[in-house]
Amino acid sequence: MRVKKHPILEEDTRVPDAIIIVDGKEIPAKEGEPIAAALLAAGIRKFRYTAKEGKPRGIFCGIGRCTDCTMTVDGQPNVRTCVTPVRNGMIVETQKGLGRWSDEQ
Amino acid sequence: MKKTQTAIIGAGPAGLAAAIEVAKAGGKVTLIDENGRPGGQLFKQIHKFFGSREHRAGTRGFNIGQQLLKETEDLGVEVLLDSPVYGLFPDNIISYLHQGKEQGLQAEKIIIATGATENPLAFPGITLPGVMGAGAAQTMINVNRVLPGKKILMIGSGNVGLIVSYQLMQAGAEVVALIEGAPQIGGYGVHAAKIRRAGVPIYVSHTVKKVIGSNEVEGAEIVALDNKWQMIPGTEQVLDVDTVCIAVGLTPLTELAWMMGCEFTFVPTLGGHVPKHNRDMQTTLSDVYIAGDISGVEEASTAMEEGRLAGIACSESLGLYSPEKAAELKRDVWNRMDTLRTGSFGEKRRDAKESLIKQSIGGLA
Repeated sequence: MRVKKHPILEEDTRVPDAIIIVDGKEIPAKEGEPIAAALLAAGIRKFRYTAKEGKPRGIFCGIGRCTDCTMTVDGQPNVRTCVTPVRNGMIVETQKGLGRWSDEQ
Repeated sequence: MKKTQTAIIGAGPAGLAAAIEVAKAGGKVTLIDENGRPGGQLFKQIHKFFGSREHRAGTRGFNIGQQLLKETEDLGVEVLLDSPVYGLFPDNIISYLHQGKEQGLQAEKIIIATGATENPLAFPGITLPGVMGAGAAQTMINVNRVLPGKKILMIGSGNVGLIVSYQLMQAGAEVVALIEGAPQIGGYGVHAAKIRRAGVPIYVSHTVKKVIGSNEVEGAEIVALDNKWQMIPGTEQVLDVDTVCIAVGLTPLTELAWMMGCEFTFVPTLGGHVPKHNRDMQTTLSDVYIAGDISGVEEASTAMEEGRLAGIACSESLGLYSPEKAAELKRDVWNRMDTLRTGSFGEKRRDAKESLIKQSIGGLA
């Protein structure tokens, strides 16, 4: 959910100006915002599943330290979505385990 | 290899303040940060700061950030963004990544101002999506303008827990409860009073027994603690929450100082292992200074003062200030810092800092 009106901060008038494709589905996003923010705004909280036990993970530290929020972005696995900015047309995939490179056999 | 006079790692409040001081003294500064924009965590601080007028008390954090950015721009500080520093090597060589490429930078002096990271807390369910650092939630609501959840349990009643609870409410979330393991609230009374007035129950001597949910947070079970911090059976209650925020302190981000070979000491009051440093913020390596949370977790206002101190001392060692002029400038900063480190919380930090500085002097050249 996006926070438009706020008692301290100015009203956020910026509308989504980009589309990212998350597991094949188009999600509205704002160019330059962290991928994780666009996902939370769309109500998506599960970003990856762990290698050993297949347990879900989402955003945890939000500053690029913990690597819990990593996903496969444009074919590259282990991208920290909390510090990686959105670009229009990005392909974002829920990562399973350590992920696979798009050109991997 | 690219060369500079003073390299500052981290463009948060401490790094920006240090950069301003060195540039004001006439030095050439390169400020490096891994993020896409400078300011560190200042831009998510939408509350008014405490302190006196010279600490810009009453000014909101993000406005202070904007002022610092303007000053660094006016002074012509070189800022390298999107540039995570991954290593410090002998001869003051800084290795960093930029646009996927490895880059090198050699500096006469280095100021490390890397800040701190939030502590986790071990409980069943901590890894479920929906459990996050309070700072992460604060970034989402105040910088990215996105709510991470609607019904929040906040763990920890220090200033971060209290302030972020209030800001989550300002962003439209409901804070279902705030719990604190200790028998009393950790942060300032004014912050606690604000969220109490808003109707948020604060449970002291309580902890989280587990977070419930198969794939994401669906609830949380809290439990009362006795005076030996043991869970009291039968006092469990289940809260209807979809998000759990953890605000149980921070740990200095010290990797680069370890790598460089700075000597360390362990000070629990300041967040754990911190590089030894003297009153000039100089480490056991004479060319390496530190400032802000890496030298002990405090607040943004003290981080800025420490940044100024490191900047002035660094300028002095470069010959940009006479010892007399530097002594005068440093005295002013110390006076301001002493007034910041007052009150029951501030005094504890001041005592910890003083004893750290004392034990460090022996090891310093």
